[in-house]
Amino acid sequence: MPRIRWHIVVFLAPAVLVYTAVMIFPLFNTLRLALYSEVDQARVFVGLQNFRTLFGDPIWSEAFWNALGNNFWFFLIHMLVQNPIGIALAAILSHPRLRFAALYRSAIFIPTILSFVIVGFAWKLILSPIWGIAPSMLDAVGLKSLFAPWLGKEEYALTTLALISVWQFVGIPMMLIYAALLSIPEEILEAGEIDGITGMAAFWKIKLPLILPSIGIISILTFVGNFNAFDLIYAAQGALAGPDFSTDILGTFMYRTFFGFQLQLGDPHMGSAIAGAMFAIILVGVCIYLFGIQTRLRRYQL
Amino acid sequence: MHKARTNPINLFAMHGALILYTIIALFPVFVILINSFKTRKAIFREPLALPDADTFSLIGYQTVMKQGDFFLYFQNSLIVTVASLFFVLLFGAMAAFALAEYRFKGNLWMGLYLALGIMIPIRIGTVAILEMMVATGLVNTLWALILVYTAQGLPLAVFILSEFMRQVSDDLKNAGRIDGLSEYTIFFRLVLPLVRPAMATVAVFNMIPIWNDLWFPLILAPAEETKTLTLGSQVFIGQFVTDWNAVLSALSMAILPVLILYVIFSRQLIRGITSGAVK
Repeated sequence: MPRIRWHIVVFLAPAVLVYTAVMIFPLFNTLRLALYSEVDQARVFVGLQNFRTLFGDPIWSEAFWNALGNNFWFFLIHMLVQNPIGIALAAILSHPRLRFAALYRSAIFIPTILSFVIVGFAWKLILSPIWGIAPSMLDAVGLKSLFAPWLGKEEYALTTLALISVWQFVGIPMMLIYAALLSIPEEILEAGEIDGITGMAAFWKIKLPLILPSIGIISILTFVGNFNAFDLIYAAQGALAGPDFSTDILGTFMYRTFFGFQLQLGDPHMGSAIAGAMFAIILVGVCIYLFGIQTRLRRYQL
Repeated sequence: MHKARTNPINLFAMHGALILYTIIALFPVFVILINSFKTRKAIFREPLALPDADTFSLIGYQTVMKQGDFFLYFQNSLIVTVASLFFVLLFGAMAAFALAEYRFKGNLWMGLYLALGIMIPIRIGTVAILEMMVATGLVNTLWALILVYTAQGLPLAVFILSEFMRQVSDDLKNAGRIDGLSEYTIFFRLVLPLVRPAMATVAVFNMIPIWNDLWFPLILAPAEETKTLTLGSQVFIGQFVTDWNAVLSALSMAILPVLILYVIFSRQLIRGITSGAVK
């Protein structure tokens, strides 16, 4: 019988207890609650009934697919706009002869530290037709006809919010890629230079392949972040994710279902079912990344 | 490197692109801040003008001070953030030390178990967390938030800190053991001071999401006396939508503390991110 080394237990216990009690246990408990329903004020086991309602009942399934589709669009815009801009900024910033790089870096990161509430309202005011900053600025460059109350129009609102979120978070891919670019040893770039590969060619042919793992990490961080996003939509458009649910994503949908809104009462069990669906989606995404992408990316020993 | 001439036109274009993006990044913040110091008329007449003697007004700030308890909200946010960071760092470092230092059965599994939470957002478990907080009477207390943020921060903290703890020299620890120091003393006196830079990285990483979170304050602690600054400003602005002075001032008051913290910690933050802590 080996003696128990109590100090190991003491060192591990607080973290494991808090983590298990407040994170892991509620996670599984939420998945369990998704299998129950409230009948006559009592909790009754109903099996997969909630999921059948979520995917089968037209009212629920329409809302769910709407939120899921919107969420994918939200994610796609981040991948297509946020990450390329972040990479481009990082590539410029890492140029060795550039002055004031630290200053630019700190300034561009500022939106990332602001809360969604600030960001949501600030943009709401700026884009507001009442205040008129956006229309008068477009007017100054002769594009006033392009202006529309973007946040109020069904066809533009979600894209506008996604772009606001991109504006806020561009600092994160920028910083991570910047770090990755700095870690490329100079000898490699000098070797390329001797072979005549400089400037843009050096970026595409030498640096980009070397930072692919970092781009992979950024993609999965973006994915997980986007699929549990809530705050920005709630701050800018409210829990109803207007106009007419056009900006509804899974986070706001779950919040509304769980807490209720206007006439509908909150339903923790349906809320749990939606949380279960979100969990599955995030799990699939993380697995695709871990087994499909990360293992196939070539890592170069630097 | 790049002794090879950099075309001055290229350099010019690079500065141009960066300046343009910096303006895009800072413009909204700038507009909010300057307009919060103007009269209502001036806000609408010339939104982009700086406040001058004629248009300067603190009416918005007066409304905010009178109507909202921003000092209390600020204090709540501060307590929650500092306490959560303290527990994340203390518990995280202890667990990281156990995983990095000792070989024991289940070490690997324990590490994997604790790492699960890096990728899975804690928000998924909200329904059960709320139920638990109601059952334990912690709802509408700051403890509910501190517990949730501690649990949320631990996985990444353990992961980063154990990487760093593995680099601490064994000779030092063994010397301590020969001198008869207990394992606890070795941890608190010898190892902790050496991983201080990594602790700072973990702290700045956790600080911003905790300070800015809206979801858990909204669900777990929406009572007036436990509102955080983020939730408080959200509710305040929702009530005063039409009072532009008040809204702009409230926004500015929410921006300023974060901005000041950022100016103080930005070096640390940027060094933390670029040191490759997230590899």
